Amino acid sequence: MKNEDLQNIINGLGENLEFTTEATEFLNVTVPKEQLHTICSQLKSNPELKFDYAFCISGMDWGKELGVIYHLHSTEFKHEITVKVTTEDRENPILDSVHDIWQTAEFHELEIYDFFGIKFNNHPKLRRLFLTPDWEGYPLRKDYVDEANMIIK
Amino acid sequence: MNFLIMNIPLNIVSTVHDWIYSIMPETAASITVMVLIAVAYLALFAVAGLYLVLLERKVAAWFQLRLGPNRVGPLGLFQTIADALKLVSKELTSNDRIDKFLYNLAPYFVIVSTLIGISVFPFSKQFQAFDINIGLFFLIAVSSIGVIGILVGGWASNNKFALIGAMRSGLQTISYELSVGLSILTMVLLTGTLQLSEIVEVQRTGGWLILQGHIPAIIAFCIFMIAGTAETNRAPFDLVEAESELGAGFHTEYSGMKFAYFFLAEFINMFIIASIAVVLFFGGWLSPFGITDGITWFPEVLWFLIKVLVIIFLMMWFRWTFPRLRVDQLLTLEWKYLLPLNLANLMIMAIIIWMNWTI
Amino acid sequence: MTDQEIKNKIKTEEYFVNMGPQHPAAHGVLRLLLTIDGEIIKNVEPDLGYIHRSIEKMCERDSYQQIVHLTDRMDYLSSNINNEAVCLAVEKALEIEVSDRVKVIRTIVSELTRIASHCLWWGVMGMDLGALTTYFYAFRDRELINDIFEETCGARLTMNYNAPGGLMYDIHPNFVKRTKDFIKHFKTKIPEYDRLLTGNVIFQKRTKGVGILTKEDAISYGVSGPVARGSGFASDVRKHHPYSAYDRVDFKEVLLTEGDTFARYQVRIMELWESISIIEQLIDNIPEGSVKEPTKAVIKLPKGEYYQRVEAARGELGVYINSTGAKNPYRVKFRSPGFSNLSVLNHIAKGSKIADLVATMASFDFVIPDIDR
Repeated sequence: MKNEDLQNIINGLGENLEFTTEATEFLNVTVPKEQLHTICSQLKSNPELKFDYAFCISGMDWGKELGVIYHLHSTEFKHEITVKVTTEDRENPILDSVHDIWQTAEFHELEIYDFFGIKFNNHPKLRRLFLTPDWEGYPLRKDYVDEANMIIK
Repeated sequence: MNFLIMNIPLNIVSTVHDWIYSIMPETAASITVMVLIAVAYLALFAVAGLYLVLLERKVAAWFQLRLGPNRVGPLGLFQTIADALKLVSKELTSNDRIDKFLYNLAPYFVIVSTLIGISVFPFSKQFQAFDINIGLFFLIAVSSIGVIGILVGGWASNNKFALIGAMRSGLQTISYELSVGLSILTMVLLTGTLQLSEIVEVQRTGGWLILQGHIPAIIAFCIFMIAGTAETNRAPFDLVEAESELGAGFHTEYSGMKFAYFFLAEFINMFIIASIAVVLFFGGWLSPFGITDGITWFPEVLWFLIKVLVIIFLMMWFRWTFPRLRVDQLLTLEWKYLLPLNLANLMIMAIIIWMNWTI
Repeated sequence: MTDQEIKNKIKTEEYFVNMGPQHPAAHGVLRLLLTIDGEIIKNVEPDLGYIHRSIEKMCERDSYQQIVHLTDRMDYLSSNINNEAVCLAVEKALEIEVSDRVKVIRTIVSELTRIASHCLWWGVMGMDLGALTTYFYAFRDRELINDIFEETCGARLTMNYNAPGGLMYDIHPNFVKRTKDFIKHFKTKIPEYDRLLTGNVIFQKRTKGVGILTKEDAISYGVSGPVARGSGFASDVRKHHPYSAYDRVDFKEVLLTEGDTFARYQVRIMELWESISIIEQLIDNIPEGSVKEPTKAVIKLPKGEYYQRVEAARGELGVYINSTGAKNPYRVKFRSPGFSNLSVLNHIAKGSKIADLVATMASFDFVIPDIDR
């Protein structure tokens, strides 16, 4: 399906969604964090969209905001979009977990929690995956400082 | 000429025997003779065990397109002596939470039962350490004691993996003993005697038992090989020591000489299974078609060893070719397939003997 | 008493076992915390991070040419393919069109890498199940590929042959002949592999019906590669999003529907045949052309986000680069195939035995540096 049609359908699913296609390959949808779970479940269940394959879930630190980027693909219609969700709270960022929609998110959200510190509601067992449980700080954030382990050029 | 030279060891043995009997009273002399024979067997089979290990490594290398050990000594012949020296000089590590008495006792169960089992085999007409009229029965009974060593070793190690490995090994050995016993029983129907030297005599006059018994004997041989491989915990039944699953099984916590006992016992067990197969099915120390019968002990021992080595090669071939079975598949094989087949085979053999259809 | 009443009366306890980070003969430093009841597994919890080298953070500090060198250490068995992913992403962003010669050589080298990776997988799978000889047979053939690469790329494992804009250097004059000799030799070896392992009754009983993954679960868990194709999910990136020279060769996408360990095994063996066919179609007509397009010494990608996916030997490897126009990327994310494949292990392994877990893990073909990055 073309990007314009996708945009029209998705626009009807929620409010305050922002769309853009410049400087990126896929249609980008920015979703407010309160609506994340409902929009994502509709993205999967809507018979014209059917985004059932989340092939890449990355955490991101935009400098002021933290967030998550979901790359979604539909195995039936073969179209793809990118969903972004941000939160401005850097002390205690909390987002909704989508592991009940795409079960691959369970592991990816563990990784995002480990590296960015974003907590997810309703996640079965949020724990540090790669780093040791007593590690302090969240390494992939831009303001992470660690003189012993980081080599800055 | 040759016969005289070959007679020398026999002469030495009888000379020593007479000398001991002449200088000591009856009981002391017989005890001394037994001790001497035990020491001789111990030395001989320790060395034999070492060379079987080397043979295994060379055969494995041959299957895997590489050379085996060939640096230590010509053709690598001193390799296992070097390994034995290393094992003897290793530090005996253990936890502080093991059950000390049982931990130290376990390897002895295994090695002692194995060495007792070796004593009944007839290597030649004159060379048999212990010829009793219930030879086979004694052999099976004694080799069952080895299981205790494995279970005790796994328990006393205070290690989850060792315990899992020991439990698996225990149930594997107990199940497959049934098949081993029944296939031996099938052949005993043909011979009519449990005494090992008599069994070889029956084959001198009538031909090898596997030919005398034709169909049921061949089936019994196949079942015996499968069950015998399982008894000694070798592949494809080596889930006990499946390295890729759970460490090293029941001997995870053993090192040095104690580990050497377990390891050596496995190879001597393989020798025992092969020897039983040779004595029961392939004529013991008799030569095919009687070509060298009548010459003294040397060709007889040689024929015995050649036949045993062929069967051992077959067992090694299994190990390096097949993947291993899962524990429930192992038990299914025994209880649902081999045991009924064995019982049916026993009936067939009984019918064939009754109707005089043996060759 | 009924079965359930007997179960209630005999109390058994679950216990924890580590299939710890040090395994003899296993796939790398992966720690699995198993909760077992007797022989039945109740829960599998992977604990990663033993070889985590923070490649994504290092990429934020290095230049684009330097990132390529970090990628070989991720999935070291398909290192050429990882390099290709980053180079293609950079070329897509800079809108550089590489010559046909580069495309064809990149495809041939990727397929040789895939064959080498599958050879090692086959050897290790046999070894995990107890057939210890398969390892040696597989390495005999892998050594031949490593020798070809040593002559052309200079390395046997982490071959930095791709660079943004093309290749580092041209292929060695012996490359074509040696590759053709290897293909001829290898075609007689795959039937040998089949005789040794595929047709073996014990092997089939250990792998058929074990570790079943349905197609819906595969899609939901984000599984890709031969694991997904063994369950009927058509996810071959070479077919659906072709790159390099894959659009001009004719090959089948191998799909099986049973979803058990044996199906995943057969998918990889059939992929070996497909890779051989791709190389045969390309090796004789490598077009002439330049091997490297000129790029600036300091590469700066225009502001934006770029996603490139390639088919590594384990599945879909994705590279997501977010650039702000500086000479280092702002954020690089590697979507590693092993990470998503590992997430489905708990789901499949519940209720099976430990030996089945070993067989299933062998068929998934994990390389832990790929998961840990």
